[in-house]
Amino acid sequence: MPHERNAEIELRLLIEAIYLKYSYDFRDYSGASVKRRVNHALRQFECKTISALQERVLHDPTAFMQLLQFLTIPVSEMFRDPGHFLAIRQEVVPLLKTYPSVKVWIAGCSTGEEVYSMAILLREEGLLERTIIYATDINPSSLEKAKQGIFSLENIRAYTENYQKAGGQRAFSDYYTAAYDYAIFDKSLRDNVTFADHSLATDSVFSETQLISCRNVLIYFNKKLQDRAFGLFHDSLCHRGFLVLGSKETLDFSSYSGKFDALVKQERIYRKT
Amino acid sequence: MKTNIIDIGSPESALPIVDAIVVGASAGGVQALLKIFSALKPGFRLPIITVLHVPDERRSQLAHVFQNRLPIPVKEADDKETIVPGTLYFAAPGYHLSVETDRSLSLSQEDRVFHSRPSIDILFDSAVDAFGPRLAGVLLTGANSDGAQGLARIKQCGGLSVIQDPDDAQARTMPEAALALQAPDYLLPLNDIGQLLVELERIAC
Repeated sequence: MPHERNAEIELRLLIEAIYLKYSYDFRDYSGASVKRRVNHALRQFECKTISALQERVLHDPTAFMQLLQFLTIPVSEMFRDPGHFLAIRQEVVPLLKTYPSVKVWIAGCSTGEEVYSMAILLREEGLLERTIIYATDINPSSLEKAKQGIFSLENIRAYTENYQKAGGQRAFSDYYTAAYDYAIFDKSLRDNVTFADHSLATDSVFSETQLISCRNVLIYFNKKLQDRAFGLFHDSLCHRGFLVLGSKETLDFSSYSGKFDALVKQERIYRKT
Repeated sequence: MKTNIIDIGSPESALPIVDAIVVGASAGGVQALLKIFSALKPGFRLPIITVLHVPDERRSQLAHVFQNRLPIPVKEADDKETIVPGTLYFAAPGYHLSVETDRSLSLSQEDRVFHSRPSIDILFDSAVDAFGPRLAGVLLTGANSDGAQGLARIKQCGGLSVIQDPDDAQARTMPEAALALQAPDYLLPLNDIGQLLVELERIAC
């Protein structure tokens, strides 16, 4: 399989080139997924080899931004895993209410579905007005979409169902206006949201927080990078702050497992010890 | 291509030494998997990694169902866990399952493949990168074409390919799609596939 070996070398070189030129660090991402996404990009860019793709993105920042859309995974939905949001409402919110003001960090917020879900939940619990939400991602296009708060109407039925299962207290349609094929979300939901470019691979802690939500981001990292991210979360969270992860993500195998307790293990809700 | 279990024991059939077995199934897959895995005895020492298409929503009971019926350890694959020989892993619903080149498992939520997540193609393809020719791929009953390309790549890269005989399958689309891309090493009914796994382990361990 000589060409397979070449592809392996080329992939490493591409990732290195991206890091050197653009400071986006995919070197400690899970290899299997990165390889698939680069191969997918190869077809879209009509490049025969990864080296050809590398030449293109190295000399053309616009092409790199296009490649970045393939390298990041914008799979998200509102109130994904409703049981998770219900558990936040029941187990975390009562404790958050004891703080005079709350800072929430949504790390790897992608196109914002998670942000608006959290904002709706906090509003219904009377917390949104005294909360600051930091919504961060490495992909500027995703952040731009997140700031818009406009989502395809075809997904709204599923989101509505999720919202209700997540303990939603109103009609979901109270939060958006339908226009053509889109649902435009109430912009007051993001009055206290700061969207920012932040990388869990290269950046550091920027604020003390009470709650961090980072869901379905860490699965794309290798163990070393997962540990780096857990370190940032640990440093950012206040004493007894909350960390919530995706349904298949866990602290168990990380070097931070002893520094958090599981509050609702099933829903991946942890608390700093 | 061998189509009979008797061929397996014959000297010229010489099964290769493999480090892992990957299995894919869809419609009719639970019964098919129970049948092939029921041939396994306690102390089986090869890892088996399985994608069975299941609806997204369900918190999967697959691992429990199989653990209750099989004498080997069964579990749903966790992200970044190291593959332990002798364990039967199932992909979690809603996530693709890959094998990393350090032979750990990883999950991801990329686009569906043939409307499926987990995808058999993604498991098989990544397993080839991790195990090279020391891999056996088994594709069973199903009503779509997932797994055909992945199994073809296993064969191309020198691994062992096994397809359930479409006449024996509850849904023949999946084995037929795989057969359209290759002449497999073995085309067998379920009973014989179970025996083949036992034989593979005997030779490898």
